[in-house]
Amino acid sequence: MLQIENVSKTYPGARPVLQGVSLHLDAGETLALTGESGSGKSTLLHLAGALDGFDNGEITLDGTRLSRLDDSGRAALRRGCVALVFQQFNLIPSLTVAQNLSFHARLAGRQDPAWTKDLTERLGLGELGARYPEQLSGGQQQRVAIGRALAARPALLLADEPTGNLDETASNAVLDLMLELVRDSGPALFLVTHSERIAARLDRRAHLSGGRIA
Amino acid sequence: MIGAACQALASHWRRHPLQLGTLLAGLALATALWSAVQAINAEARASYARAASQIGGATLDVLEAPGGPMSRARYVALRRAGWQLSPVLEGRTRLGEEQVTLLGLDPLTHPPLPAFEAAMQADQAVLAQMLTQRGLLLAPPELVAALSDVPGLPPLRASDSVPPGMVITDIGLAERLLARPGQIDRLLILPQQPMQLTPLDQLAPDLQRRASRAGADTARLTDSFHLNLTAFGLLSFAVGLFIVHGTVGLAFEQRRAMVRTLRALGLPVRLLAGLMLAELLALALVGGLLGLGLGYLVAAALLPDVAATLRGLYGAPVAGGLSLRPSWIAGGLAMALLGTLAASAQALWRMLRMPLLSAPGLQAWAQRAAQGDRRMALAGLGLIASGIAALGLVKGLIGGFALIGGLMLGAALLLPPILAALLGLGRHLTRGPLGEWLWADTRAQLPGIGLALMALLLALAANIGVGTMVSSFRLTFTGWLDQRLVSELYLTARDDAQGAEIVRWLAPRSDAVLPIRAAEFTVQGNPVTVYGVVDHPTYRDNWPLLEHGPDAWAQVNAGQAVFINEQLARRADLWTGDAVQLAPGWVLPVAGIYSDYGNPTGQAITALPALLAHARAVPNRRFGVRIAPGAVPDLIEALRAKFDLPASALIDQAGLKSRSLAVFDKTFVVTGALNLLTLGVAGFAILTSLLTLWSLRLPQLAPVWALGLTRGRLARLELARSLLLATFTALLALPLGLALAWVLLAVINVQAFGWRLPMFLFPLDWLRLFVLALLAAGLAAALPARRLYRLPPSELLKVFANAR
Amino acid sequence: MLARLVLILALTLLAARPAGAQGFAGLGSTAAAEGFATPSPETRLSFPRDHGPHPDFRIEWWYLTANLTGPDGTDYGVQWTLFRTALTPGEAEGWTSPQIWMGHAAATTPQHHFFAERLARGGIGQAGVHSDPFDAWIDDWQMMGEDLDSLRLTARGAEFTYDLALTAEGPLVLQGINGYSVKSADGQASHYYSQPHYKIEGTLTLPSGPVAVSGQGWLDREWSSQPLAADQEGWDWFSLSFDSGARLMGFRLRGARGDFTSGTWIAPDGSATPLAPGAFQAAPLELADVAGRQIPIRWRVTLPERGLDIEVSPLNRQSWMGTRFPYWEGPVHVTGSHKGRGYLEMTGYE
Repeated sequence: MLQIENVSKTYPGARPVLQGVSLHLDAGETLALTGESGSGKSTLLHLAGALDGFDNGEITLDGTRLSRLDDSGRAALRRGCVALVFQQFNLIPSLTVAQNLSFHARLAGRQDPAWTKDLTERLGLGELGARYPEQLSGGQQQRVAIGRALAARPALLLADEPTGNLDETASNAVLDLMLELVRDSGPALFLVTHSERIAARLDRRAHLSGGRIA
Repeated sequence: MIGAACQALASHWRRHPLQLGTLLAGLALATALWSAVQAINAEARASYARAASQIGGATLDVLEAPGGPMSRARYVALRRAGWQLSPVLEGRTRLGEEQVTLLGLDPLTHPPLPAFEAAMQADQAVLAQMLTQRGLLLAPPELVAALSDVPGLPPLRASDSVPPGMVITDIGLAERLLARPGQIDRLLILPQQPMQLTPLDQLAPDLQRRASRAGADTARLTDSFHLNLTAFGLLSFAVGLFIVHGTVGLAFEQRRAMVRTLRALGLPVRLLAGLMLAELLALALVGGLLGLGLGYLVAAALLPDVAATLRGLYGAPVAGGLSLRPSWIAGGLAMALLGTLAASAQALWRMLRMPLLSAPGLQAWAQRAAQGDRRMALAGLGLIASGIAALGLVKGLIGGFALIGGLMLGAALLLPPILAALLGLGRHLTRGPLGEWLWADTRAQLPGIGLALMALLLALAANIGVGTMVSSFRLTFTGWLDQRLVSELYLTARDDAQGAEIVRWLAPRSDAVLPIRAAEFTVQGNPVTVYGVVDHPTYRDNWPLLEHGPDAWAQVNAGQAVFINEQLARRADLWTGDAVQLAPGWVLPVAGIYSDYGNPTGQAITALPALLAHARAVPNRRFGVRIAPGAVPDLIEALRAKFDLPASALIDQAGLKSRSLAVFDKTFVVTGALNLLTLGVAGFAILTSLLTLWSLRLPQLAPVWALGLTRGRLARLELARSLLLATFTALLALPLGLALAWVLLAVINVQAFGWRLPMFLFPLDWLRLFVLALLAAGLAAALPARRLYRLPPSELLKVFANAR
Repeated sequence: MLARLVLILALTLLAARPAGAQGFAGLGSTAAAEGFATPSPETRLSFPRDHGPHPDFRIEWWYLTANLTGPDGTDYGVQWTLFRTALTPGEAEGWTSPQIWMGHAAATTPQHHFFAERLARGGIGQAGVHSDPFDAWIDDWQMMGEDLDSLRLTARGAEFTYDLALTAEGPLVLQGINGYSVKSADGQASHYYSQPHYKIEGTLTLPSGPVAVSGQGWLDREWSSQPLAADQEGWDWFSLSFDSGARLMGFRLRGARGDFTSGTWIAPDGSATPLAPGAFQAAPLELADVAGRQIPIRWRVTLPERGLDIEVSPLNRQSWMGTRFPYWEGPVHVTGSHKGRGYLEMTGYE
């Protein structure tokens, strides 16, 4: 599903963020990537999500070698087989909850109204469809972001500290829901977190330290 | 994919209707003022062209006698020599209360004329009526309406094919109405001539053959006027684009996060660029259409005054009605589209080059803007320098306007750095945390409101500059009128015979009767009116000479020299001591230059006998009468009773002055209106900037509120901040405005009218404008301040809950 | 020649097209009411006075046509016409004169037809006629001499000019009764006399250069105040000079009420005999396309009482006068029972 082989990344004028990282993820598998702040875990996630280019090595996503893609090829890949959930909720503020939920699926041309409706119900957003993101609590907003990601039926779900902005209760509830939905709908999950507690709930875990997998 | 992306982009405007409204309003205002000016210019030019074609013979050469009309016998003699010519007698005259141009033609020999053709189409007896004793006047419908109640006029017939302010009739009737029996002003040389003719230079060596200048005269005279209007339109357009630039910049800034999300979700950047461009063009189209509608209304409202000005100042035939032209619509929309692209290019470019992964936020924008201060300052200085260089390189009006453009835009670019420096200075001079915060926060706000302040600067400077120019002009003009209109009474006799009779009658009843007699000559290809004066202290003591040689009056009174007016001096580059050729064999030295603000054409004066020796049939119908001012009313009564003169034939000095000033004021009505509109647009720009900044400013205000400032206090501070910025801007606008005034007076006026005016300062006007600017800024700030005052604390708290 | 009344009345309207009879219908009956003089059988013509203008009559003309021959035998035709029309009766000085003058001149060759037109106001000297010595002019076109027996004729257009000397070889011919010519059963009439006996010498200059020409000419003088009947749409007018020395003037007015024909037979000695209405007959033999219209270009003309049965054919089929009021006017050849030359005028063909 996802093969990361000996990947390095250095931002201009800074010391190397990643130095020869290798990692793999099978279809339907869930992986937690932990590490301290600045260890490069978010960067690795971005590279896996085809959001950014890398200097050396190769990443193969669903059989596609990312190093060979140009900007529009990466955009097509993001649209088609990856979905993202960030620490900031990254909803589109001027679209309603319902519009945000179906947005990625519509962009990818894979809208499944029954699945979207099911997701909406299970995320407890049924009553909130006509509201705007700014009218929701943080936990609710993150549930919309998760729903948006899963509605597109991605092969790979990338999550960067998805509960980092939530209090503990909300965090647990959102995480439970996400893991349950991931299991039911079957994408692979690549989750970045600094929390051991969360990492423990996933199939596998990897630890990044100083730009290398420990 | 496209559908979803469009929905996301469009949803921004749905959630921010005010921003959308601002953008459209900015575009509409820019397009409106620009296209209004264009509509006025196009209408006026179309009027000139129409008039030229309606007068007929526009493409034919004409034959003229230098220094006055020719006799009818002259025409017949040339005809009997075989030349196919058609006579024209033309003059300004008063019918009832209307000043009209009377065009007398011979319908039998004149080339086909739209007015005749149309009239005869309607009624075949028209021609017969025109040629018989009763006569017929063809006039535009509005003139016919105005003249319908005037007793004693020949029958009138309305014709759409007669230019505004003009009456076309048979030459026989024209000689009677103009009291010029037996005279002909020019002969049209008809296109088809018989074979074996004796050349004209043998038959009539004294007559001058020249190419037609029907319409060309008007176009030349009015060019500067239209260029002035265009410059104003462009200024308004630029001010409107500031609004567009600011709004588009903010809208894009607010959509940064959305754009990043869209791209993260897999929307190709090229598609996104295309969609955003399409969005801008659609907005430009809507705004442009709104602007065209608005522009049409503005033009329709202003056109009657413009038409009156053009008729009064230049005798240019312009009707007060406006017609819709496809080229105008296309031009207006193109301006709107190009303007939008120009104003948005930077924002669009920045948005698309934005990296996919980086921290969003307004601060970044502000920081970048601050970094740009130095670059802007340099660009501003560069623009000013290139404006000055342009004046040196490109002579004439274009160079003058290039200078103004460089000066204004350069100064606008310099404004933010100067304001930043001033605010920094203020911060150093202030003690206390609140003061420091205020200065610093205002400084931080500058990038967001800077564009609106630039618009205000431009509008204020234009107001000061144009106001100073107009007021200086008016002051000079009033003084000049006092010098020039010295006689207590001006009268116009019906004809030369009555003129002579009146002079005899007046001789024992007045201090002096000064004949006002003139003939037209050609100097360097342009018409020059030469006046002949009698030797009288009235002239010597009052004539507004700008410069003169020794013994000037003695030479002029002896007919051995001329004074010429400033516009002739500048246009022909003739100065005191130079020789000017007024006619073949009539060359006189220039004894001096006098100021002349009464007309845009060249003029000269010399002794009356000298004029009469070189010009034929110089009318002797106008006189200035010197008499004790108190005796004027009685004299007018007596003259009217004795000679049966109409009221319009006798004008006292005060009446003439007030009439002249009325024409003057009318000339600048449009300038004033455009000025005010520009200021209004600038005020609107400030309002929209403040309103759009509003939501972005909450995070900056909330901490201060939390630290213990009431919302009322904050609101007052917000207001004070706006007033502070407006004050600085207005103070900076003053030197810029004065520089503009200087350019207008010393460069533009010289090029446009041919005279240079002294500059006067009007501090009271500045004060008025200053108050107006503060009022505009205050009003613009009042709305957001009031909102802040009424804001529920929960909204401010949200700032802390919603970490950004 | 009555038909030419229409032409001259068209002048008062300066219409670009022949305005049809209805435009003039009312004018005849109102001529007296408008103060115009009307022709009277009591009037006795007196010369040279009556060579000059009669400003109290609405219309008048001096109408000369000439058949000329060059040294190489080439035939030419020349026309010189001065029309006068009064908007109101009488004369005045300056532009206020109610008199309007119109000149038509033409030169016709077998290949070309050149023409020119002049318009002028009365009262300013641009056009006019003096009777003694005789001088008729418009612009630089002129017909002048001590009297009508000896004239110099000049005219000029863009492509032609001529300078001809005219000598009368016979007496004036008073048309109708003592120059009072009744024109219709309705009573319309004119004062009408002719000088059909001119011998001509002179120079005709064409674009190809000057040509010495000689031949014969025919002058018509007519004035009246009355126009045609309402139904009349046009006319065909012939002035023919036969080798025998006899001459024939005849015309056909085409009208809705039927054609009206009349004319005069002039014996070689100059004695004139009016023709009874209907005696003169003219029938088209061939139509030709001229200036976009069909015009009868060859005619059979008969006058049984004189044993006349001739064919009239043009020197140049395209003798079209494209003036403000357009018509066909040009030199013709006569063959058949009589041989000779002459002029043909045709109007009203749309």
